[in-house]
Amino acid sequence: MARLSSFALHELSAKLAAGECSSVEIVNDLLDAIAERNGELHAYLWLNAEEARAAAAEADRRRAAGESPRSPLDGLPVALKDNLSARGQPCGCASRILEGYRAPYDAHVVERLRAAGAILLGRTNMDEFAMGSSTENSAYGPTRNPWDSERVPGGSSGGAAAAVAGGLALAALGSDTGGSIRQPASFCGCVGLKPTYGRVSRYGLVAYASSLDQIGPIARDTRDAARLLGIIAGRDARDSTSLDAAVPDYEAALGERLDGLRLGLPREYFGAGLDPEVERAARAAAEQCRALGAEVFEVELPHTPYAVAAYYLLATAEASANLARFDGVRYGRRVEGEDPTDLYQRTRAAGFGPEVKRRIILGAFALSHGYYDAYYLRAQKVRTLIRRDFEAAFERCDALLAPVAPTPAYRLGEKTDNPLAMYLGDILTIPVNLAGICGLSVPCGFTPGGLPIGLQIIAPALGEERALRVGHAYEQATRWMEKTSHASPSAIRGQR
Amino acid sequence: MNDNETSRTGAVDVAYVARLARLSLTPEETAQFQRQLEDILAYVGQLAALDVEGVEPTAHAVPARNVFREDVARPGLPPEEALANAPSARQGLFIVPKIVE
Amino acid sequence: MTSPAPEFLASIGLETHVQLRTASKLFCGCARAFGAPPNTLVCPVCLGLPGAMPTVNREAVRLTVRAGLLLDCEIGLRSKFDRKSYFYPDMPKNYQISQYDRPLCIGGKLEIEVGGARKTIRLTRIHLEEDVGKSLHFESSSGVDFNRAGAPLMEIVSEPDLATPDEAMAYLLALKQILVYGGISDANLEEGNVRCDINVSVRPAGATRLGTKAEIKNMNTFKGVHRALTYEIERQIRVLRAGGAIRQETRRWDDAAGRTEAMRSKEDAHDYRYFPEPDLLPIELTAEEVAAWRADLPERPAARRARFVAAYGLPEYDAGVLTAEKAIADYFEAVARACGNFKAASNWVMTEVLRALGERQMDIAQLRVTPAALAALIGLVERKVITMPTAKEVFAHLFERGGDPEAIVKEKGLAQVSDTGAIDALAEAAIAAHPSVAADYRAGKKPALQFLVGQVMKASRGKANPQLAAEALKRKLEG
Repeated sequence: MARLSSFALHELSAKLAAGECSSVEIVNDLLDAIAERNGELHAYLWLNAEEARAAAAEADRRRAAGESPRSPLDGLPVALKDNLSARGQPCGCASRILEGYRAPYDAHVVERLRAAGAILLGRTNMDEFAMGSSTENSAYGPTRNPWDSERVPGGSSGGAAAAVAGGLALAALGSDTGGSIRQPASFCGCVGLKPTYGRVSRYGLVAYASSLDQIGPIARDTRDAARLLGIIAGRDARDSTSLDAAVPDYEAALGERLDGLRLGLPREYFGAGLDPEVERAARAAAEQCRALGAEVFEVELPHTPYAVAAYYLLATAEASANLARFDGVRYGRRVEGEDPTDLYQRTRAAGFGPEVKRRIILGAFALSHGYYDAYYLRAQKVRTLIRRDFEAAFERCDALLAPVAPTPAYRLGEKTDNPLAMYLGDILTIPVNLAGICGLSVPCGFTPGGLPIGLQIIAPALGEERALRVGHAYEQATRWMEKTSHASPSAIRGQR
Repeated sequence: MNDNETSRTGAVDVAYVARLARLSLTPEETAQFQRQLEDILAYVGQLAALDVEGVEPTAHAVPARNVFREDVARPGLPPEEALANAPSARQGLFIVPKIVE
Repeated sequence: MTSPAPEFLASIGLETHVQLRTASKLFCGCARAFGAPPNTLVCPVCLGLPGAMPTVNREAVRLTVRAGLLLDCEIGLRSKFDRKSYFYPDMPKNYQISQYDRPLCIGGKLEIEVGGARKTIRLTRIHLEEDVGKSLHFESSSGVDFNRAGAPLMEIVSEPDLATPDEAMAYLLALKQILVYGGISDANLEEGNVRCDINVSVRPAGATRLGTKAEIKNMNTFKGVHRALTYEIERQIRVLRAGGAIRQETRRWDDAAGRTEAMRSKEDAHDYRYFPEPDLLPIELTAEEVAAWRADLPERPAARRARFVAAYGLPEYDAGVLTAEKAIADYFEAVARACGNFKAASNWVMTEVLRALGERQMDIAQLRVTPAALAALIGLVERKVITMPTAKEVFAHLFERGGDPEAIVKEKGLAQVSDTGAIDALAEAAIAAHPSVAADYRAGKKPALQFLVGQVMKASRGKANPQLAAEALKRKLEG
């Protein structure tokens, strides 16, 4: 009999309804799996074990009393990235500077999860303040890739992806500023969705780069991603940038065929620097989509080569202001000083890791007197050009297919000495954030060495249904997600 | 990246910017960031080659305007929660070293 | 007051921060209130907690535009918020959400009057921003209260058109008056609703270029502004006379010592790294919207004063007193319209009403005498139903308890006595009681009559018609 922790959310939801298992059993199995493997993977920073067990017991009681489920997530555990505020929980962003901080309020997405009856299992590791692509920038040590513990899980939502892939979480919420959901999903062989900017309220997400950040699900398959998105999406008056658009039934969009869809392959995303194995897998995926009825052809996104430069100026500039509040006065770590300025400087020197300091300095520089026009303003204009590239492409096609990252998961320490090389690894995910559109990462095969590869499906603003439809049809045709890192697939997933 | 001393622009004054951002850096950190940031700036320098004449900057990814809240007062945090995370608090105040103007 | 040294001219510009009269803060729903225990009007947003996000208070935008319309500004139809970065313990996020290059109001002007001379002061702009918290200083530490943090502040920037401390004072008073008129701010100085930064420079008379300016930060009383300017202008002149140069610097006013002093200079103080606030979307006002707000504006104090002179035939001075506060002007107009006797309405409001309010330190909003009641009271005097002394007695009654003057007169039997029989009797009694005064009168000392009239009035408890009383006395003394 397969472990409960190895199923998808929608499968467990059905099992709960059929009385085949209880929420307590699910939570306990996950906690067992965490006890077995978190030491190695370091996917979680904090566990909500006691409360999770109590909440599971309460959900079981409700079910036994014949109450109808609050949502398809009722009684099912979900993990949170450590930058999502949940009342009473730490929210440390994997940073020393937030040591001891407990959030006194719920993020919008956390409110939605609680209202849906979901159980908050724990908080997952990340690059400090979501600044990084490998989760090596966590102040509490890196997370390891469940497929090869010598390799990174990607980042910055690496803990979430590793937990989902490693059988330590059924699903998680992460955040994506330049690829931080899609890239770790790709490195770990899960499904990751970066919704359209504004689709999900950012209220309660500790901001890295406010004009680019977006919360989204990391899940075992596209149906779970669709289900989670349906719960967290929608207008929230506390986030002025959240979109006032109806939330469709994302699961209803899922089907088996892609007839009538026009899919573009952006030429620039298959250029130099792309690992041959990754390119092979992405092109094979495109062929698979053609076989499912889609029309597939090449398109151009000519300003792609400028995306990384524009992104690192804009994101770091916003970050330099967003992170100014961590000063040791109202919360978090403090290093005493002779006067407030001294206190700030010491606190921030001791509290932030090197990558965070580097980005704060780059961002403050890009905004500083005499440089604003040349750097920040120019980057904003380049952002416009990149947005227009997508608008033009979407006049010809319905969605784009591309790799998620130029390479599969690399070794720990491989890029830590060269920040720029690390930044360049985000070239295929960053443009989607700059344009504010949505991107989905689904598994599309493995390297000969057994590392997962991700396919990125990019759709226009509010095109989540379309991206999920493509991802789902592809997933059902290939069933890559049935190969897991935590046990032999046949033992686990055979019995649908 | 290019590690050649002569290729650097020297434009970024890391010490000045670190002061602006209230980060005290060790001399080693300053030197390391100086090198790395100059590499990064050399890379982002490619944006200068693009013709952006007449292009509107994008500050927001959403097209909406005029998103307002109505002027209604609501209760905030209970006082004990407002101060619960403070590294130092006394008499309902957040305490800092004496501010000298 | 003129410049202390006529060979030097001063140029003064003011950046005035005015707290808007809203129920809630600018970017969160916390109450905008004064005097609450520290850190009890705070939430994740105004405490700058990780993950909290701002939302714009619609009313704050409306009030700022309203101020702009009252001050003849051009309204920025495309406006936005920006982040202004600097570290300070009273600033929760270490950036202030403000407006940099697209303020809500551009240009504008304000007319002031000093020593009978009118002068127009040009405005640069008005923008909307959030207030900071308040620091309290102890012996070896400081404490921060964030109740005020996030309150809506309008910053009104003037051109350096003010030349003397008196002009600066007149500007602030005129500004306060117009903002209170518009219901834009309570402009309550005790509650810190109005604070300003001063830019001041001096130059030799005849020089065309302005001198190097000093900035004096954080003034919170108008008197302080006057004193600080007086000191600072003298200081700068002293430096220049001694052949020195003025340093461009930020200074603070030490009220106890009565002098300005340089603040600990920060070389990075002005590198604010402004950039568009990504959490807030731009504001786009339509011309129709602005036109509707314009149509809703109250009459400006200067226009109202002129109208009072023209329409009610009031002297300039009276019109000035009556229009000093909108509520008083409204009250006067209501009384004047109801009774039709503008002069009497003006006299009553300027003397009895303002005196009684002043004695009790009350606001006109708390006044129990309704405009209709005061108009009725004026009518009773006009129709000689009651005498002026009685009217004052009735007013005192109305002031304490409110009510209808006619009913009070009836109830208390205060109607003027015009019955000659009754007055004759009182006159006879007065003559009988004061034979020597009567004798004086008969001997040709005519003013002695006034004493006897007074006695009749006293005996009638003020109700006797004084004219009839005098006639009766004369008749009896001369007849």
